[in-house]
Amino acid sequence: MKPRHKKLAIIASGVTALGIASILVLNAFQSNLVFFFSPTQVANNEAPMGKSFRIGGLVEEGSIKRQTDGLTVNFVVTDTAKVIPVQYTGILPDLFKEGKGVVAQGKLTDDGIFRADEVLAKHDENYMPPEAAEALEQADKARQTVLVQ
Amino acid sequence: MAINWFKYSSPASFYFLAGKMVPFFSITAAVLCVAGLYIGFFVAPTDFQQGEAYRIIFIHVPAAWMSMFLYVVMAVWSGIGLAFNTRLSSMVATAIAPTGAMFTFLALWTGALWGKPMWGTWWVWDARLTSELILLFLYIGFMSLQAAIDDPRRADKAGAVIALVGVVNIPIIYFSVKWWNTLHQGASVSLTQSPKMATTMLTGMLIMSLACWMYAIAVTLIRTRVIILERERHTAWVGELQGAAR
Repeated sequence: MKPRHKKLAIIASGVTALGIASILVLNAFQSNLVFFFSPTQVANNEAPMGKSFRIGGLVEEGSIKRQTDGLTVNFVVTDTAKVIPVQYTGILPDLFKEGKGVVAQGKLTDDGIFRADEVLAKHDENYMPPEAAEALEQADKARQTVLVQ
Repeated sequence: MAINWFKYSSPASFYFLAGKMVPFFSITAAVLCVAGLYIGFFVAPTDFQQGEAYRIIFIHVPAAWMSMFLYVVMAVWSGIGLAFNTRLSSMVATAIAPTGAMFTFLALWTGALWGKPMWGTWWVWDARLTSELILLFLYIGFMSLQAAIDDPRRADKAGAVIALVGVVNIPIIYFSVKWWNTLHQGASVSLTQSPKMATTMLTGMLIMSLACWMYAIAVTLIRTRVIILERERHTAWVGELQGAAR
């Protein structure tokens, strides 16, 4: 082995080792890298209750109801398997629509209503987000397995 | 006749080769940029969800692609320089860094401008946005480390280590929208799936990407020429160039 080949081998193995290390680290932090939780995850108590967290999913068709003050809005976030009712006071992004993706940050109160202090629109890459599509798909699968059982 | 590739790994001969290539890449970049922007602004249809605001995609996506691609190219040249002790490859890596940093900044900035009207926020700490920000810091780290070391050969080696370590961030950026829940949407264009965009939109975006690519090559070549002159200023051939210029 020529010295320069040896050097190349050292560099290649160094980068490989680093890659494996980062895969392990990222796996360990998997749950902390999640930007939002789906309603199913919340139902399974995977979300940090009592603390502020984000939920994501689709705004259920026909669920948007505006209060008389004109600023407060109630809607339901769904991943087609589970639903979470949300209340929010403030300005909504333009892309906030029924049947479209949404990410809301806030707290889940004891009455089961998610009080959001920030609502963001999540649009898809079709000029459905892969996560939501995946969530939908998984929820579909979960529902199907429930039906089979 | 076999081409002697090693001839062009000598900074002196590369200097003249690069000088001949710069006009070609600059002109191609300008032509493609005009064509791409024309398609982007006047030919491509309005988006069904985002209206006209989506047109920032014609800058945002090419900039983001280039920011990742240039980092890989930079890391590869750095690695070659480190392994084979070739001066020119390290110089090319040094020359790529500012352009890569510029494209990263452009991707983050246009992303913020796009995020505010569409998502309702300039910035969120989701996996895609955060890892792209880390990429900007890696570029800045690479450049400042090299600037802080006086001996250029030592600076090359130190920079190469940063560049190679940082390369693990590239797949993280690319797959972040797949691996984790993010606010950023998934890839519209990928190698494994058919594009999820109208053909004219896609054409405009690909032409703009090609324009950015050509621009990056042209600028890198120009910058490499400057670095060569700077580092070889005591050699006979640079002396002759100076003599000829007088």
